[in-house]
Amino acid sequence: MKVLSSFREGRLTLYLKGELDHHEAAAALRHITRTLDDYLPRDCVIDLGELTFMDSSGIALILKICRLMSETGGRAWVENAAKQPLKVIDASGIDRMIKVVTTKASL
Amino acid sequence: MKQLNYIKLDFPARSANEGFARAAAAAFAAQLDPTMEELGDIRTAVSEAVTNAIVHAYPDTLGDVHMRLRILEGNVLEIVVRDKGRGIPDVARAMEPMYTTGGEERSGMGFTIMGSFMDGLRVRSAVGRGTTVTMSKRISAKVRA
Repeated sequence: MKVLSSFREGRLTLYLKGELDHHEAAAALRHITRTLDDYLPRDCVIDLGELTFMDSSGIALILKICRLMSETGGRAWVENAAKQPLKVIDASGIDRMIKVVTTKASL
Repeated sequence: MKQLNYIKLDFPARSANEGFARAAAAAFAAQLDPTMEELGDIRTAVSEAVTNAIVHAYPDTLGDVHMRLRILEGNVLEIVVRDKGRGIPDVARAMEPMYTTGGEERSGMGFTIMGSFMDGLRVRSAVGRGTTVTMSKRISAKVRA
């Protein structure tokens, strides 16, 4: 998988692409932690629009990003999740703890 | 239920094999003509079961993961993921949402997701002898024009 990012006016957007499983999660978390440390963003958007597969390793990654953001007084949320990742998010119940913005394409 | 077809796969408990395991399961399940959503459910459940074996079963050694898939009468797919590792001391607790003994890359939601995405889930484990996860899913019949 790949993690790309863009930063504008205090908001960091992380674009997760490909398949996110346990094998990929540790490297992705290291990269994202470094990026958050570099930018210290006020807001962090986790964009899952091009994430084609995610298992519960993705849930752990999302929760970790939210924790890292809250440590610096920021907030994070999920946007554009495709059907399969969105179903994993729904099953995990984390949408009761963090904001998940869905689009027409994901429904 | 009568068995119509099966495959068996053995592979070392390396995380690089997680993607292979779910791709192999999806390729075998394709003969049941599942919907994209059903295929996604199968891939997700297999990924969770295989990852559990890789992360938890063999902390100090590199053991094998055994995966068997069967197609049963009635359009039912059965998936068995077996390891011969250290086992789970308390299966009921391990199946509680958010419970994990893994690192920060684990959420403790694996069994919850397996149970949610499949029709049947059974976990049997013996300390020092390993764990067997059995899952089943009935693939919906398609209406054809």
